[in-house]
Amino acid sequence: MCLGIPGRIVETHADAGLLMGTVDFGGVRREVCLAYLDGQVEPGDYAIVHVGFAISKVDEAEARRTFEALRELSQLDELDWMREVAERSLSPGGGESP
Amino acid sequence: MKYLSEYRDPSVARGLIARIRREATRPWVMMEVCGGQTHTIVKQGLLELLDGAVEMIHGPGCPVCVTPLEQIDKALRLAADPRVIFTSFGDMLRVPGSECDLLQIRARGGEVRVVYSPLDALQIARRHPDRQVVFFAVGFETTAPANAMAVWRARELGIGNFSVLVSHVTVPPAMTAILESPDNRVQAFLAAGHVCTVMGWTEYEPIAERYRVPIVVTGFEPVDILEGMLMAVRQLEGGRHAVENQYARSVRREGTVPARDLVARVFRLVDRKWRGIGEIPLSGLGLREEFADFDAEYRFGLAALEVEEPAECRAGDVLRGRLKPHECPAFGLRCTPERPLGAPMVSSEGACAAYYTCGRFRHPAGVEG
Repeated sequence: MCLGIPGRIVETHADAGLLMGTVDFGGVRREVCLAYLDGQVEPGDYAIVHVGFAISKVDEAEARRTFEALRELSQLDELDWMREVAERSLSPGGGESP
Repeated sequence: MKYLSEYRDPSVARGLIARIRREATRPWVMMEVCGGQTHTIVKQGLLELLDGAVEMIHGPGCPVCVTPLEQIDKALRLAADPRVIFTSFGDMLRVPGSECDLLQIRARGGEVRVVYSPLDALQIARRHPDRQVVFFAVGFETTAPANAMAVWRARELGIGNFSVLVSHVTVPPAMTAILESPDNRVQAFLAAGHVCTVMGWTEYEPIAERYRVPIVVTGFEPVDILEGMLMAVRQLEGGRHAVENQYARSVRREGTVPARDLVARVFRLVDRKWRGIGEIPLSGLGLREEFADFDAEYRFGLAALEVEEPAECRAGDVLRGRLKPHECPAFGLRCTPERPLGAPMVSSEGACAAYYTCGRFRHPAGVEG
């Protein structure tokens, strides 16, 4: 229900005083209400869209920074993981006991 | 957008899993209050991969699942009314009411239309001035700004044949109700990323403080959820209880202020019944008095309807974390997505449906047919 999809704002326009815009979701385009981000967004920006409303501007720099930190962390752990996998079976259906 | 696929990177997920397993000195019990997160956790098999380092209780995070039976019955009555075009998000159509669901009403000739956005419902009202158009306004705080805007615009544009059947719920009172419960086991929460995108996290700070419980605002991708769990584990291991933000690319502390403002102008806090749980004080949103003209319950005289829930469905125990979905005697036998006893088996975000569709929990041991 709270699914939000990031899309790229292609253009903006007003519909009877309400800020609207066309947003591109990986090739699929839809008209979206941008009123809650009025003054914050312009074409080219990314926004999280939920039921036809942009609810936040995606902070791309923050997204990259977080991910890079996680990747560095995980590279350190990759060897541990390989060791664990060798020790025990992790097949998705195996070992389930309710 | 590239980063979205990065947040599904299996090698990063594996690294996080290894770290959680290493750092958790005991099996910490956490709750997510978001159906989207429940779906990712169960579908990706994250709990099996964590091998008991973290136990997740799937909280009442699916608005479809907690919409009380009487609101469903009101929707059914409106949808059967020949004056009405009833509009709804698609996932409400198969939720069982006392006697049938919206799909069955449609099969019998009721006009039920699925819309993507409440503004689409408003558009239908403008095109059909001779009909009454009702929108089923359900959801958490994430959806409230969209529904508030539809009502606000209806008044602004003078669209008199539009109204909403409101069944909005808010997350923090449900978390408080769970923490107040004498048999509560939850030691930390993953807070829902898009609820907090709208509302921010200031409401969660007094909860973390009062109940000494870590709360981590968390996103929806596997890497997000695992990082949220790791942040919660680190707080628990360190004896801390703060609100932290894993989903910083979308969530700011104050939320999306213009959205919060319009929600506050259109809605007010009301007591709300949660399906399977019961009434939680001030846990829902209802229209403010000045928007009563747009309230379908008043317009069609439905406010007094009250009904009892079927006894066999144990959704309340599942939503409170007392019972895992596959431990319910009806699970997969008398209750399936095709013939659901209750809403958590209907919505793809419901805990019961998530457990059923991933296939790993179909035949629990020790359950009688």
